[in-house]
Amino acid sequence: MSSNATTSQTIGPFFSIGMCRSIKQNLADANVSGERVNIEGRVLDGDRQPVPDAILEIWQANSHGKYAHPEDDQDKPREANFTGYGRIPTNIEGKFHFTTIKPGQVPDPDGKLQAPHIVVSVFARGLLRRLVTRIYFPDEPANDSDFALKLVEPSRRGTLIAKKVAGGVGVLEWNLILQGSDETVFFDCGL
Amino acid sequence: MARILPYRRPHPETQPRYLHSPYASTIKRAPAKPPVYLPQTLSEITGPSFPNVVTDIKATDLTRQHHGDPLGERIIVSGRVIDEDGRPLRQALIEIWQANAAGRYLHESDQHQAPLDPNFTGCGHALTDNEGKYRFVTVRPGAYPWGNHHNAWRPAHIHFSVFGPAFATRLVTQMYFSGDPLLPFDPIFNCTADEGARNRLISVFDWETTIPSQALGYRFDIVMSGREATPMER
Repeated sequence: MSSNATTSQTIGPFFSIGMCRSIKQNLADANVSGERVNIEGRVLDGDRQPVPDAILEIWQANSHGKYAHPEDDQDKPREANFTGYGRIPTNIEGKFHFTTIKPGQVPDPDGKLQAPHIVVSVFARGLLRRLVTRIYFPDEPANDSDFALKLVEPSRRGTLIAKKVAGGVGVLEWNLILQGSDETVFFDCGL
Repeated sequence: MARILPYRRPHPETQPRYLHSPYASTIKRAPAKPPVYLPQTLSEITGPSFPNVVTDIKATDLTRQHHGDPLGERIIVSGRVIDEDGRPLRQALIEIWQANAAGRYLHESDQHQAPLDPNFTGCGHALTDNEGKYRFVTVRPGAYPWGNHHNAWRPAHIHFSVFGPAFATRLVTQMYFSGDPLLPFDPIFNCTADEGARNRLISVFDWETTIPSQALGYRFDIVMSGREATPMER
């Protein structure tokens, strides 16, 4: 038997009733290894208006480049206190923030290492399907050879790379622009 | 070298496009540029799991979360979470949220002139069992008006969020009720071109799960992306 995956529908404006039971904005408990980063930004629409009813879900490897998932069979350490999953809503100004550790590198389809990255699902009222994007890190030499960044036209790659914030130690800014000339790059990677 | 077994991409027209102008909120939120095709890597074929989620009676029975009984028609919503090859997905986390029987959400943005129900929150969650089955007890949600166009009403629906085995299979959808006269007019239900795909969002009345003198049963099966037949080297 074979049938198509169920059709996606928007989360609508009232998702906090069901999804905000399990907000997770801090992935880096004290005993998790790795470089701590605070990532903050805004979700903006095609008129540069804030999107106050969006929610981001993130997924990432631990600092060793190992996912907490049975299909990651790499010979790298797991960390019991690091799930790699976060769920982050925007506020009335479209702002979001989360704390995590910079992930280690994981392989690409050719077996070369990808640059450190966090994968992101974006849900919102008005999004009939989730959007998928990635967050990369600034001053990271591996970005130049990352297979996914190379799939993106050079002028748009910057939308995927978080920026340092002047005076903020360990603080990175990454904005998500849903539509427009500087819209964030979104990926087609499945459903 | 270990191998990556990717998840299948959706069949064309069985998933909505981002821009669907009858649903006005898509107009400024749909990306203008097409998404960049990305082969799946370890980052996409892995994903979160939730082994420690507590799924007690209050999580799965939305009529027992308060001291009194909620108003409305009591229903059982159950089904299976399977992949495109019919295999059951075990330990899949399902989260649901919905309006009360009067069509009002317990949310500050919902200003619809219908009463809140002090005995109904409208939120539940469950993990599928070894056969991929889940089951909720709730009340049938009411239809409610919204500002999308003149005299716009959403058909009765329950929101479903489902975590499958991987980031690549993450799904959020809505379940509807057969025979709802509002379905042909709802731009969200009708956003998907493929009629068969659309209609699979409509739950089926089910005698088998109906409990005599207590609750009507509705069945809603959820299908998540299956795997490609051929692995890719990674």
